[in-house]
Amino acid sequence: MPVRHDKDIPIWRRRTTARKWGVWGLWLLGTAIFVYCWQLISDKTIWMFVWDAPTQAADLASRMSPPKWGYMSELWRPLWDTLNIATLGTLLAILLAVPVAFCAARNTTPSALLVRPLALFIIVGSRSINSLIWALMLVTIIGPGVFAGVIAIGLRSVGFVAKLLYEAIEEIDPDQVEAITATGANGPQRVAYGIVPQILPAFAGISVFRWDINIRESTVLGLVGAGGIGLQLDASISTLAWTQVSLILLVILATVVVSEWVSATIRHAMI
Amino acid sequence: MSATSATRTWKRPALISNPKWRWAIWIGAGVYLAFAFGTLEINWARLQEGLPRGQRFLASFFPPDFGSRADSILDGILESLWMTVTSTVIGVMISIPVGLGAARNLAPRPIYLLCRGVVAIARTFPEVILAIFFVKLFGFGPFAGFLALSVGTVGFYAKLLAEDIEDMDPVPPEAVLATGASWFQWLNYAVQPQVIPRMIGLAVYRLDINFRESAVVGIVGGGGIGATLLTAFDRYEFDSAAAILLIIIAIVMAVEYSSGFVRRWVQ
Repeated sequence: MPVRHDKDIPIWRRRTTARKWGVWGLWLLGTAIFVYCWQLISDKTIWMFVWDAPTQAADLASRMSPPKWGYMSELWRPLWDTLNIATLGTLLAILLAVPVAFCAARNTTPSALLVRPLALFIIVGSRSINSLIWALMLVTIIGPGVFAGVIAIGLRSVGFVAKLLYEAIEEIDPDQVEAITATGANGPQRVAYGIVPQILPAFAGISVFRWDINIRESTVLGLVGAGGIGLQLDASISTLAWTQVSLILLVILATVVVSEWVSATIRHAMI
Repeated sequence: MSATSATRTWKRPALISNPKWRWAIWIGAGVYLAFAFGTLEINWARLQEGLPRGQRFLASFFPPDFGSRADSILDGILESLWMTVTSTVIGVMISIPVGLGAARNLAPRPIYLLCRGVVAIARTFPEVILAIFFVKLFGFGPFAGFLALSVGTVGFYAKLLAEDIEDMDPVPPEAVLATGASWFQWLNYAVQPQVIPRMIGLAVYRLDINFRESAVVGIVGGGGIGATLLTAFDRYEFDSAAAILLIIIAIVMAVEYSSGFVRRWVQ
């Protein structure tokens, strides 16, 4: 316990002197970096527009209300597309992620030297690139539409699902696999009876969780042309149809809240 | 052992134990998939047309072209990094009071509801949609992206902070309270040490997320590398796009490795 002596009276302190200076130094360094970055952003900002923002916000709010409820009839189809993008994309991700996860887990990988780094690279690559960028690429390659959105969501989610799944595989209880091996089971049987039952709850939880995230992400894919309600949002913003925009935002809000509730209920029921 | 038990076979237990529910879910899923694929409208002709373009894109990864757009790539990456740092710092700073307010065991009921509401709204909209509006309000440039990322950070960080505080061990706070500590002393010596290691880890994780998102807000005009990337795609300069993507992956990997290091160090 760090103690300071003040005229021979010991006084309790939280940190030793060296640690205190270390923490202080880190704060100084962090603040310096922050101030430097802020300075650079501030240089690139036209502050007149920023000060003007409250007026702009009031103006925008008045133009956005009331939401144009009649537009709802045109939104059901994009909403269905959005749901499909998220769901089919998640399915695609699961199909691709399971083999990747088994290759990436230290205890199931066929080759720790060759296959595992490759699988880990797939995971990082998929995770580092946002679904919107995946969509941007796929729209150039396979054309605009829902299909590009499905693939984009799928490719983006592979990394997420595979990462959580391979961590679950690495954390399994090895005793059960050993017991299955002792009965004379071969490789696939070991996986099916020793590993899969242990990771199945985690797997279901991860899938539902990712589906919930994907609903949120698929609402914006339309901005780059990959289908879903984002297309309507983009079109409404471009044509300055602000009452439609506010309705779309409300629909997105409702969808996200419902999907979050569904996902929480399912995960709660399983655990 | 009776004679009948010899003929019994073992079956694996199902994930959903109730057979009615299990079948209902399988059939429901089948019907849904049929409908979903029915409305997918895949344009095979367009797909075929795009495949050579896809090949060209993949081919341009070997080698990617870092050179010809080096200036704008460097500019975009640096801008993304500034936005990442500032938005994480500001977002975390705002998250602390909001997160404290959103913890059920700390805040009185009205403040709890208010803060939970703030978190829910900040979490709902993707950063890109926030960025669209901030660009509208504050003009093009990194400031709008910075604000969008900050709001996203609040939704993420304040929620996790609140949950962490709700899960903390209630004994140390009680002990500190029993010494006659004031509210701030109580917060600083009983609550903060319990949540800080995990929160530092989460802040670094959010830094990582913010960098990834900063690549996207640029697409709608919020500054950062996204604008450069969009331009590269629009001009079919796939080799430059490949270079940008590789740089993004490299930076994310670097941040992820260092964040793992930081987390192990603080815990």
